Amino acid sequence: MINDISVYVHIPFCERKCGYCSFYSAPSDEQTRAAYAKALCRSIGSYRTMHHECPSVYFGGGTPTVMESESLIMVLDKIREVFDLDDDAELTIEANPGTVDLKKLTELREAGFNRISFGVQSLVDEELSALGRIHTAADALAAVNDAVKAGFDNISCDMMIGIPKQTSGSMLYTADRLSELPVSHISAYMLSVEKGTPFYETGVEPDDELQANMYLDLCERLEKKGFDHYEISNFARNGKVSRHNTRYWKGESYLGFGPSAHSYYDDERRSCDDSTDQYIKQSVQHDTVNELFPDKLEEYIMLGLRLSEGIFFNGLRIYGASEETIESIRKKALELSAYGICTVTDTGIALTEAGFLASNAVIGEFIDLC
Amino acid sequence: MDKNKIRNFCIIAHIDHGKSTLADRILELTETVALRDMENQLLDNMDIERERGITIKARAVRLKYHADDGEDYIFNLIDTPGHVDFNYEVSRSLAACEGAILIVDASQGIEAQTLANTYLAIEHDLEVLPVVNKIDLPGADPDRACNEIENVIGIPAMDAPRISAKMGINIKEVLERVITDIPAPGGDDDEPLKALIFDSYYDPYKGVIIYCRVKEGQLKAGDTIRLMATGAEFQTVEVGYMGATDLIPVGELHAGEVGYIAASIKDIGDTRVGDTVTNAERPCAEPLEGYKKVNPMVYSGIYPADGAKYPDLRDALEKLLLNDASLSFEPETSVALGFGFRCGFLGLLHMEIIQERLEREYNLDLITTAPSVIYKVNLTDGSTVYIDNPTNYPEPALIAGAEEPVVNAHIYTPPEFVGNIMELCQDRRGTFKDMKYLDENRVDLHYILPLNEIVYDFFDALKSRTRGYASFDYELKGYEPSKLVKLDVLLNGETVDALSFIVHVDKAYARGRKIVERLKENIPRQLFEVPVQAAIGGKIIARETIKALRKDVLAKCYGGDITRKKKLLEKQKEGKKRMRQLGSVSVPQEAFMSVLKLDE
Repeated sequence: MINDISVYVHIPFCERKCGYCSFYSAPSDEQTRAAYAKALCRSIGSYRTMHHECPSVYFGGGTPTVMESESLIMVLDKIREVFDLDDDAELTIEANPGTVDLKKLTELREAGFNRISFGVQSLVDEELSALGRIHTAADALAAVNDAVKAGFDNISCDMMIGIPKQTSGSMLYTADRLSELPVSHISAYMLSVEKGTPFYETGVEPDDELQANMYLDLCERLEKKGFDHYEISNFARNGKVSRHNTRYWKGESYLGFGPSAHSYYDDERRSCDDSTDQYIKQSVQHDTVNELFPDKLEEYIMLGLRLSEGIFFNGLRIYGASEETIESIRKKALELSAYGICTVTDTGIALTEAGFLASNAVIGEFIDLC
Repeated sequence: MDKNKIRNFCIIAHIDHGKSTLADRILELTETVALRDMENQLLDNMDIERERGITIKARAVRLKYHADDGEDYIFNLIDTPGHVDFNYEVSRSLAACEGAILIVDASQGIEAQTLANTYLAIEHDLEVLPVVNKIDLPGADPDRACNEIENVIGIPAMDAPRISAKMGINIKEVLERVITDIPAPGGDDDEPLKALIFDSYYDPYKGVIIYCRVKEGQLKAGDTIRLMATGAEFQTVEVGYMGATDLIPVGELHAGEVGYIAASIKDIGDTRVGDTVTNAERPCAEPLEGYKKVNPMVYSGIYPADGAKYPDLRDALEKLLLNDASLSFEPETSVALGFGFRCGFLGLLHMEIIQERLEREYNLDLITTAPSVIYKVNLTDGSTVYIDNPTNYPEPALIAGAEEPVVNAHIYTPPEFVGNIMELCQDRRGTFKDMKYLDENRVDLHYILPLNEIVYDFFDALKSRTRGYASFDYELKGYEPSKLVKLDVLLNGETVDALSFIVHVDKAYARGRKIVERLKENIPRQLFEVPVQAAIGGKIIARETIKALRKDVLAKCYGGDITRKKKLLEKQKEGKKRMRQLGSVSVPQEAFMSVLKLDE
């Protein structure tokens, strides 16, 4: 059956909700956080008998570092106890620069977390306050330096494209400053304004054309600084790609714990309901099955084209595409390659950066042919 | 039955002036319909009729009225369509009556269509009984309305019943006046049968049901009838009269009566409105006057939005045809739209109604092409062709001259909108004929307008320029020479046949520009740049460019949540079902529809 499985832990707490955030999170008190950690441990514990090998663990949020170190460590220890963690397992924790100090970072590093992902977003204070972040550029720089001091050698920073008041120049300034730091990974997301967020209500809508140009500028700059653009929004130096996230894109199994967490396990795509109160009350996590036996060919195209290595004809074959289908996809790709949207080789198809920008439409074109 | 106790009449009214409401009140007062069966606007039983407040099909009902003189009377109320598109049907319904109730709204006065239909009634020697309705409304001015009737139509109206059909005020007075003012029918039961068909519809059990007015002679079940225009003969299975909710069989129908005939007729095309029914064994010498075959004036291509629904569309059209002999259609193929039908309509309203019925009653999603009129093209070899489909328009080199249909149009409007309307009519290549003040508040503007200028969006344009206060009526005048060209639309360099249309050369540039603008707005960005061009012959006269899609990406695929991405793809797939693939360009249904209404 399933040999190895990754684990995602959702921490649905934040010090303050950001105006653009559509993820499930809320402010909390210490008692709730402690109760929540216990609830997570109960749910994780229910997998005790499965003896899965586990190549990666990811604590995301929300802001995981809002939670007390001892709680985070308790949950991580539970995971170690229940799953067979690989010796070189990637253990990531997301952190908000405003919520960590050297002491906390050291505790986390000592507990075994070996990768940290900071929600930097920008190194321009004006932009940070426009986003409603609680930290400043100086906080971010200090956090990265503290993480290095605490012993992290795999540091990722998130940055954002299309922040109100941001220009291409100020975005590149952030990129340059981050590249000067011992940062091995950058995730650069285009700000998208989702329904139900305050940004949606106030009508701060980034301009598509501008964002597209900024994206291309950023790709060019980061590549110059030695980053490999390995996924639509992700860049890595020295081979330090996010192994955990890569597993999502490659259709491998993972278990998600916590409200709103998603799992792909045993041919089921499931998710947990969005209620922390409920989560704390129930004995073990209750998931809703969203999809049973998902169409793996479609998923392969949809997720594979997020990666710069793209999709392989052999991969299509493995997921059941007929030779005719493969040929028609290849032809479509050749047609699109004339417009600089993708490249076609003997072995497969990969999107260019312009192709990444229009990837929803391109993926749709290919899936139509399946 | 005593003919002196029969009254055959119809009701003439503008949309919303209360025709159906008055009909309902009359039905109630004559207790034709049990109150529990009453539903508003009983005679308009199509959904569209109720919603739009219009009558599409003629209908008839027999009522029994106990009058103040102590006698019982039979009333045959024939409900007629009010719209110009159905002018011929209206004239046949009128020919079945001796009188007409003319309803005029006490606050709005006479409108264009009312006037046209009243003149039609007077032409048919009908006694017109004016009635002023809606006297309960705050803005009602019955005296003014009566004055207007006298001044504009020229019939006495000072003693016209003043009623409120909605509130049920003075309805009885109307019924009494029907008896005193409208003459009883004539006719001789002993003459050979002569009956006028004023409507027909298809009943799945009985076959075609003919609605007719017996002018001379009599008819009973078992008689063999002949329909004089087509010569077709059928054996009568059943005759009877129209109750408010059911057909009521009777032994015989006599001269002066209105009733129905069922004779197991399969094809509604045999029972043409206006035709004369006679007895095959003892036929009358001459048919009734006025029969003519009605021909479509407006043509349009109708295609299913989803190509797979073509058989459904065909079935739906065939079913509509069973009840609407004036609809015509034949299969048509378009490179852009695939399989569909070229449909012919009596006019714009007829076209809209058919499209709406297809969409609503048969649940079809349609793409329609720009409506076209019939152009007369004289070729250099001396022959003449009639073109109702732009695709078939001859090469310019083969054309000696072209002619287009024009109409006499009357627009009734409050004076403050005259300027706007004149501007509109000039813009539509209209020729001003004259302008008459009906009273200080209303003007009759008379224009000659090319039909192809009004088939696009003239109604909408008129409404928006007059805040809905103007009314409009037209009749075909004939053909006039015109400088016409065929305008093609090219998408990514390829001509889209479904978007071609014929236009006057002076309007070609403006319309070409507008169309490419509209298409640019309504075709989503593709993965590559798409030029949109308008061309006459090989010459490009307008161009827009749909820029390539720059950004359509879900940047974050986070925490293993791929459901959003999947939903997005699902939505995309759904959207594509409504798209037509023209070469490598995906064109949504809305793009085709957007070029139909350019005046916005």
